[in-house]
Amino acid sequence: MKEKLVVIGNGMAGIRTVEELLKIDSDAYDITVFGAEPYGNYNRIMLSPVLAGDKTIDEIMLNDIQWYKDNAITLHSGKEVTLIDRVNKKVIADDGTEESYDRLLIATGSDPFIIPVPGNDLDGVISFRDIKDVDAMLAASKKHKHAVVIGGGLLGLEAANGLMQQGMSVTVVHLMDKLMERQMDAPAAAMLKESLEERGLHFLMEASTESIIGKDSVEKVRFKDGSEIYADLVVMAVGIKPNIKLAKEAGIHCERGVIVNDTLQTYDPSIYSVGECAQHRGVAYGLVAPLFEMAKVCANHLAKMGIGTYSGTMTSTKLKVTGIDLFSAGNFIGDDTTDELVFQDKARGVYRKIVVKDNKILGAVMYGDTIDGSWYFDLMRDGTDISEFRENLLFGQAHLGDSGHGDDNRVAAMADSSEICGCNGVTKGEIVNAITVNKIFTLDEVRAHTKASSSCGSCTGLVESLMSHVLGGDYSTAPHLKPICGCTDKSHDTVRAEIEKQEFKSIRTLMDALEWKTPEGCSKCRPALNYYLVCKFPELNLDDAQSRFINERAHANIQGDGTYSVIPRMWGGMTTPQELRAVADAAEKFNIDTVHVTGGQRIGLYGLKKEELPEVWKDLNDAGMVSGHAYGKALRTVKTCVGKEWCRFGTQDSTGLGIKLEKMSWGSWMPHKFKMAASGCPRNCAEATIKDYGVVCVDSGYEIHVGGNGGIKVRATDLLCNVETEEDVLEYSAAYIQLYREEAHYLERTAPWIERVGLGHIKEALVDDAEGRKKLAERFNFSQTFMQDDPWEERAQGAEAHEFTPIKVIG
Amino acid sequence: MSDWIEIGTLNEIPKLGARVVSRAEGDIAVFRTAEDKIFALRDKCPHKGGQLSQGIVLGDRVACPLHDWKIGLDNGIAIAPDEGCAASFPIKMEGEKIMLSTTPNDGCANK
Repeated sequence: MKEKLVVIGNGMAGIRTVEELLKIDSDAYDITVFGAEPYGNYNRIMLSPVLAGDKTIDEIMLNDIQWYKDNAITLHSGKEVTLIDRVNKKVIADDGTEESYDRLLIATGSDPFIIPVPGNDLDGVISFRDIKDVDAMLAASKKHKHAVVIGGGLLGLEAANGLMQQGMSVTVVHLMDKLMERQMDAPAAAMLKESLEERGLHFLMEASTESIIGKDSVEKVRFKDGSEIYADLVVMAVGIKPNIKLAKEAGIHCERGVIVNDTLQTYDPSIYSVGECAQHRGVAYGLVAPLFEMAKVCANHLAKMGIGTYSGTMTSTKLKVTGIDLFSAGNFIGDDTTDELVFQDKARGVYRKIVVKDNKILGAVMYGDTIDGSWYFDLMRDGTDISEFRENLLFGQAHLGDSGHGDDNRVAAMADSSEICGCNGVTKGEIVNAITVNKIFTLDEVRAHTKASSSCGSCTGLVESLMSHVLGGDYSTAPHLKPICGCTDKSHDTVRAEIEKQEFKSIRTLMDALEWKTPEGCSKCRPALNYYLVCKFPELNLDDAQSRFINERAHANIQGDGTYSVIPRMWGGMTTPQELRAVADAAEKFNIDTVHVTGGQRIGLYGLKKEELPEVWKDLNDAGMVSGHAYGKALRTVKTCVGKEWCRFGTQDSTGLGIKLEKMSWGSWMPHKFKMAASGCPRNCAEATIKDYGVVCVDSGYEIHVGGNGGIKVRATDLLCNVETEEDVLEYSAAYIQLYREEAHYLERTAPWIERVGLGHIKEALVDDAEGRKKLAERFNFSQTFMQDDPWEERAQGAEAHEFTPIKVIG
Repeated sequence: MSDWIEIGTLNEIPKLGARVVSRAEGDIAVFRTAEDKIFALRDKCPHKGGQLSQGIVLGDRVACPLHDWKIGLDNGIAIAPDEGCAASFPIKMEGEKIMLSTTPNDGCANK
């Protein structure tokens, strides 16, 4: 017989846990859910937009009654559990319903805090917690004029704004001298107050409520200083307290919330708790992102997978009031040991403060323009060293020499028809629609539903901004360390460290040892793992063709129509009449329509059928040409100018150097494609300063530049150092490539890699540590001894023939 | 069914890989999974016509090489939230031989 899981609480935390559990193992339990409210499961955080009239109740339903039926879940809605009988392992509801359990999940959420003043039980005094409260507020707004909201925090301001939208005159009463003191510092709070006043809200600050006065229903609110204001409706929004009554009465250890460990178990191991009622490592959260992470871990343990622990969540806040943007995260107050970076422009209504310690972001608070909020939050969570762009940090991501993005980052102001994902043609409107219609919260879900940000990934930041714009505080950001993909909880770095430690020799053993959740991984993790193993053990020839994308498996680029392109290497951009003749002959022989001079100084042939590839390669091989790896995560081209041999400005032999660089590094597999260039003088005709590794020749020697990118997001290189000889250039190049190969995440170009680890790190490893540099270069050169076989030649001579021929031709 | 054709043997298809049966009416992709199960689908992704035979085989599905749609190998139906299908074809082992029927299974217009 199946075990029984009983969930107390039909809210976001409980049901999210059930959803996660069904995803992993839909057959593990007979599931019963108790919910005190008479509905399915809805998105509580979206009550504010409902109150403001921006959304309807139907729009915020997450799972309707049918969903429970479809998943064979027994739902007792409108029934409140009143007793947990731990001895007999059963729960009893107010109507006498009994359910026994093998495992119990307490997800009772929180209750609004009602301040203990006389009159707090009068008609017309309500809290802001559920659909019932919203209905009451909407009804009151139709009949009455004057509303008082007690509490100037996030919830209070959202309630006040909503009531104002419904036509009421609203006064917000706040005990402290500034609004949202938990999320805002003084300047931001002042700007927020000013802007809300302009919209018509009234404020009574530092006002302590003494009593609520009225005969049957509320009439006035009186304060300790003796003053009174008129009120038909009083909304208490001073805070929430975890709802732990049931757990406490059942003798489960509670403090502020129900105490849970890193696997979300209470002191009774068969009883779990998630969401706002739970207290983990001293913290009881009141936001949605932590709840989703808890749900994941809890479901994992309920399914007896036994992996994954919850270690707390860094949270950020946004106010869901249309037209007002504020954001805060982490420690935004700071202390004696921290630095404050502050930007304030009162006239434009923009304020930003970033708290920094040891060149890492501890917290941020922003008002007016919060587009960079998710970027700061990412930098904070990842502990990114900001020293390289500290002087531009306050101006935002768009000011990092980022001419490819610029002002179009203003996602809030974009029209619905504007394209966000250029690869898959997804507009802002489509993404917003997918988020609201499908009620999705995570980047992965947006990718699955819209395909936005699922190809090249360059719009990921924009999509994340858009999600936090649409979802406000509910946007569930990724956990602290981003897993490679949905198949594992482990990050790229963790997996590489495990490969180093446990020396896995195959993807299979790795997946088994690291407890992969899917049988064979996915198209994200398999190619990454294959690369990591090939990089670690070049001598063992571990390459698994079936874990490579088609381009690298077929050694040619698949085109949109299923044909392939062929681009042979032209060393350092040099060619000969013989090579040109061979290319021309091949083009004629195979009826190639499109012959293109590429951006990397070589010639591409387009429109070949797969079965023709080995023949074309053979013809090109016969003329001495080899694969250009134009299809691979590998060295692409080394672009050169003609240098001092011809150019009157040339200072060194840039062409010769380019050829040496290319001969040294071709054939090597890398995390992503890798381009080099060598320019003969600072005029830089080979555009070396937008390459992954660029050399600019100067009279005294060579400047070495790294981390450039001419693609989607233009990034100019950073100057690494100056060296005097060609030998130095080659050694640095080998060492730099190897550092990139060993440290970057799969599919991470050098530009984002350097931005992530910091140029300082690269300098330490290559410039400051001569011994380390030599070792890196040696490892690269060792690896190259196994890599420099022309894949075209092998295949032209019959290797992997199955890849290129049909198994059978019919008719 | 009378139109079973022998197309080759199991070891001609790489594990977690695919081969193509070429025909005038459109190619058929023949897949082999980790457990040596074989499947046959029309070699045409319902999204933009990508050749499924060129994708990465994952468990009981294949990821299209063009835009990473996942297609179920047993029925050819795209994995949600994507929608669409590639026709599946009857396929079986007879001893060492792989037998394929070129009459597609019902239920998918993308033949």
